[in-house]
Amino acid sequence: MGDHHHGPAKGLSRWLFTTNHKDIGTMYLWFSFSMFLLGGFFAMVIRAELFQPGMQLVEPAFFNQMTTLHGLIMVFGAIMPSFVGLANWMIPMMIGAPDMALPRLNNWSFWLLPPTFLLLASTLFMEGGAPQAGWTFYAPLSTTYAGPSVTYFIFCIHVLGLSSIMGSINIIATVMNMRAPGMTYMKMPLFVWTWLITAFLLVAVMPVLAGLVTMMLMDVHFGTSFFSAAGGGDPVLFQHIFWFFGHPEVYIIILPAFGVISQIIPAFSRKPLFGYDSMVYATASIAFLSFIVWAHHMYTVGMPLAGELFFMYATMLIAVPTGVKVFNWVSTMWRGSLSFETPMLFSIGFLILFTIGGFTGLMLSIAPADFQYHDSYFVVAHFHYVMVAGAVFSMTAAIYFWLPKWCGRMYNETMGKTHFWISFIGFNIAFFPQHFVGLAGMPRRIPDYALQFADFNMMSSIGAFIYGASQILFLYNVIATIRSGEPVSDEKVWDGAEGLEWTIPTPAPYHTFETPPLVK
Amino acid sequence: MLIKVSNNPIVNTSAKLVAVAIIMFAFVFVVMVPLYDVLCEALGINGKPSGQVYTAVQAKVDESRTVSMQFIATNNDGMPWEFAPTATIMKVHPGAVNGTVFFARNPMPDAMVAQAIPSVSPARAAQYLHKTECFCFNRQPLDGGMSAELPLQFIVDQDIPSDIGTITLSYTIFDVTDMAGSAAIAGR
Repeated sequence: MGDHHHGPAKGLSRWLFTTNHKDIGTMYLWFSFSMFLLGGFFAMVIRAELFQPGMQLVEPAFFNQMTTLHGLIMVFGAIMPSFVGLANWMIPMMIGAPDMALPRLNNWSFWLLPPTFLLLASTLFMEGGAPQAGWTFYAPLSTTYAGPSVTYFIFCIHVLGLSSIMGSINIIATVMNMRAPGMTYMKMPLFVWTWLITAFLLVAVMPVLAGLVTMMLMDVHFGTSFFSAAGGGDPVLFQHIFWFFGHPEVYIIILPAFGVISQIIPAFSRKPLFGYDSMVYATASIAFLSFIVWAHHMYTVGMPLAGELFFMYATMLIAVPTGVKVFNWVSTMWRGSLSFETPMLFSIGFLILFTIGGFTGLMLSIAPADFQYHDSYFVVAHFHYVMVAGAVFSMTAAIYFWLPKWCGRMYNETMGKTHFWISFIGFNIAFFPQHFVGLAGMPRRIPDYALQFADFNMMSSIGAFIYGASQILFLYNVIATIRSGEPVSDEKVWDGAEGLEWTIPTPAPYHTFETPPLVK
Repeated sequence: MLIKVSNNPIVNTSAKLVAVAIIMFAFVFVVMVPLYDVLCEALGINGKPSGQVYTAVQAKVDESRTVSMQFIATNNDGMPWEFAPTATIMKVHPGAVNGTVFFARNPMPDAMVAQAIPSVSPARAAQYLHKTECFCFNRQPLDGGMSAELPLQFIVDQDIPSDIGTITLSYTIFDVTDMAGSAAIAGR
């Protein structure tokens, strides 16, 4: 370990003032997990209300606040910060850099988040309640018909957008300037590649979201009419701008997940990743295409036929690079020396379930068919297959994969596998039936439903409770590992793992790569 | 990129990215919003007819064709006015100047200001419907209990595709009293 630099400071000030990428990564991960539990709790309220038809537990307005906050917190508070945390931990270690390029900015972009989400959650206790226009907050629901909480909501979006933009600038500056000698772009681990591209997407579209909520602010408080037809504006404009941000946003969520899977599957197949170059190009193609497909979220607004066709074909085109990725992962496993530790189980779970989510995405991309699926539970099932079984499963896999490296202790494998199987089964019980009720016509975001959907909804709720409960097991496993897991000291925790992060001691010391390694 | 802000490459990269973020923020306001309106009008999508007064050009009336004009009046959520077309259907020849009136009454005790927003169906007919005079070009103030006849003058373009036999012109009336402010009501 060479000379001992100053280790971490003691007490609370370590976390408040730290500029260490590992500390900040850890804080991001814990923060996002707490948001995951909060957003998950809101989901449990939703599923409890939908357990039976009729109004049982909550008022419709409160139900709408739950769906809205669940979406907002999961997207902006859980999934996005968790991947930023992972980027903080792993990118410097993967490219042989001593830290992030802008460590103080890094501290700031983290510490903006907790007060922001505290403010957002506190709107629940306001008069009129929290925002209730859905996570997509379409105007005029979020402008003309919004309660006073909308101003707080707009402020929160501005601040967390600022945090995301600063985090992304930091990641791009790190990757472009701080790679170890010999680490060319095409030698970077795929997780670094996917995050580099994600960060560019974030810098490009978070300002668009900021512009959108600024227009809302002006419509609500300063008498402009961007989205009000009475003043010459148009609510459909809101949807165009929102999805111009929103579609790249879904790739912002999933691309780092692709990166994680591309690190884990080769490690447990004991083979290099199949088709590295094509993976890089596929990621870049997906990122490019994400900018020209936004209107497939709004086929029903009355676009001209040419528009519907353009967005339909462009959307279908995304299946090509995504297919390249899926085939590459499968080819990596082909004739590999496979073993099925927990990270690999979650990765394979990701592969199967994400592909199902991709197929339902293809179904939704077909404009004439979408008129039936639009705003139904089919859409809910689709995006939970890609968001939960995609992003959350890969994040879980990443935690199991790198946790032993971070803390020098091995998690309990039996408990990990149990967590996987309960998650996998619970998830499918929760979301698979939603395809059926959606195709049969159950709309999303309603607190009550027609009687013929009762059985599937009860199944769905039971599955959701199982999936939710399995996360407590995960939390317990992680805490138990950190406190009293079996110590590991091998630099390579996993025998098949490759990359610079596995060349440093285990547990990863507070400062790494103060002299850059030479990459051959 | 060619611009160099500092000798420190990290500061350089960051400065460029900050510039990208600022440009994207401005892009929403100076490109996306105007472009949306321009595209809707140019392509005649969204059924948005031109909000401008049309200056009639001397043209021959095509008496060989008859186009059926339908008028619809709708009140936006919570708008208490009585609002209706006096004629629901008119048969018109392309090229001819036609006129009709809509009836409006404010049943409330206080003065109100309304704004009518037009929409044309089928959407592609929007660009062939020219209005030389329309109450929708301006806000309509009405004192409490008063009624008014709101004039509309229009020309259907001679170039209208032959497969369009019926055009529906729909007006939705909005309460813009708050937006207009008391000055507008008093000053008329």
